[in-house]
Amino acid sequence: MANQQQTLQSGLLSEEQIADFLHHARDIDHPRELIIDILRAIQINHGWVPDDGVELTASILGLTPLEVEEVATFYDKIFRQPVGRFPIHICDSICCWTRGGEGLADYLKKKLGVDFGQTTEDGLFTLLPSCCLGACGRSPAVMIHQSIYGPLTQEKADELIDQLRQEAGA
Amino acid sequence: MSQTEQLLFKNRVPGETVFIDRYRATGGYESLRKAFTQMSPQELRDLVKASGLRGRGGAGFPTGVKWSFFPADAPGPKYLVCNCDEMEPGTYKDGELLMADPHQLIEGMIVSAYALNTDVGYIFIRFAYEKQAEYLRRAVADAREAGFLGKNILGSGFDFELHVHGSAGRYILGEETALLNGLEGKRPNPRLKPPFPAVRGLFGRPTTVNNVETLANIPHIIRGGAEWFRDLALTEGGSGTKLYGLSGHLNRTECFELPVGIPLREIVENYGGGVLGGKKFKACLPGGASTPYLTAAHMDVALDYDTLAEVGSRFGTAGVTVFDENTCMVAATLNLIRFFARESCGWCTPCRDGLTMVRWLLETIEAGKGTREHLEMLRNQHDNISGNSFCALAEGAMGPVIGLLTHFEQEIVDHIEQGCCPFRV
Repeated sequence: MANQQQTLQSGLLSEEQIADFLHHARDIDHPRELIIDILRAIQINHGWVPDDGVELTASILGLTPLEVEEVATFYDKIFRQPVGRFPIHICDSICCWTRGGEGLADYLKKKLGVDFGQTTEDGLFTLLPSCCLGACGRSPAVMIHQSIYGPLTQEKADELIDQLRQEAGA
Repeated sequence: MSQTEQLLFKNRVPGETVFIDRYRATGGYESLRKAFTQMSPQELRDLVKASGLRGRGGAGFPTGVKWSFFPADAPGPKYLVCNCDEMEPGTYKDGELLMADPHQLIEGMIVSAYALNTDVGYIFIRFAYEKQAEYLRRAVADAREAGFLGKNILGSGFDFELHVHGSAGRYILGEETALLNGLEGKRPNPRLKPPFPAVRGLFGRPTTVNNVETLANIPHIIRGGAEWFRDLALTEGGSGTKLYGLSGHLNRTECFELPVGIPLREIVENYGGGVLGGKKFKACLPGGASTPYLTAAHMDVALDYDTLAEVGSRFGTAGVTVFDENTCMVAATLNLIRFFARESCGWCTPCRDGLTMVRWLLETIEAGKGTREHLEMLRNQHDNISGNSFCALAEGAMGPVIGLLTHFEQEIVDHIEQGCCPFRV
């Protein structure tokens, strides 16, 4: 394990963010409630949560890395492995299923040349199955970062992928 | 199609969100003022009990009764937690409510905190509702600025702080004790009950957990009174309006505020605009993924807690998902059970292994490789799982399986006899 100084300087959070979280943790009776906030902040900065991120969270909150890890690995929206710049969570629950969700998933797999859980070679997209996104009236739907898109046809999916590629300058 | 009095969607304009100025201009925070200046906490609790309001998160437990278990006068910290982990497939009404008019929840929580004498509140909100979380944070800041949150609210001597806590996925967090573990930053397996959260909840202290729509109804009940609220329902013994989220094979898949007790036919034919593509109605989930199917024979059933229990289903969250005549109900049930098996937290065997077994059985039958023995095993699994799991997840997961066995056993038999899915040929 890296020593605490190295952990704090891993660059996963800015110095200001670390100071804010340390301050907040000192201010409240149960600092452990900040675990998800810190993991989510690391993920926004870094795309996913590496081992250093677990150790950094533990170090800010005065917990063991194991106490953070058992929480981090429970949630499917916290990534403990590298993902593409745009993780695409495609809903496979019942409402999207009635509206062509399976066909959309097959189309995206073929278009991007990846299976579920894989990342495109250019590092831009990871395709992930997800439970209901709460967009049941707009199905089939996908979520990218924390934005929801739906209802998606193949044409609209094409447009969305093109738009994200442009955003990435690819 | 008569016009329903709108409470929760009173200010709703598609694509817009109401913030504090418009909320106050339409009577917002007047119920809070009325409660703090004219009512005692006990009177508020009695009012909610008399209103007949039942929990809108799925279980339908009477809110006033839940509140009556809460030791409001016990010394020390006590908590009010709002469950906005809306993740049951087919359910999106809380998300719609918060997109339209988030201050209703804030006001509802402040008056509920006053009624229960809790000094800290949390809104626990799912990862996918980040937009709603952002609006709630803004609404909380605006309410604090206006003097409705913080110390000595409206000079009453009552203090209340409210925090918005974002989650990171997983359906099990909607189970109230798993939610409390999640909120504490622990691995969110459910807790053993008793002790119930009212006795030992968040951080080991007395806690009440209520759903978004439940809490948002409270200011309206204060404004209109218990009798008025009861009269909003179409059923004898029912009360209030309900947010119905429509989805599946319907022409209009939107969220409507309609009376409790509206017949299924009105939802499908009028509000849903009929079945997509002019096809026939085959079945629906009346209240989310865990509620046993209704069929075309149930078109005139009133959608309310007791009336749906009478026909072997549940009102749940009133997320109505419709299936047309071409839907394979084995495949639909398989989709649902895949969701529940994947979202099982793995803590207890009936859920972790039982749902996996049910999934395998349905996969086998759907693939045309099932036998009569598989059908028998499916029935046995129901007996093994229901009533034997640690929390309500597995029990709920068996809802559609029970519906399948009750109403569509012939479809299972057709798969077995034809050696394939009859809907895929």
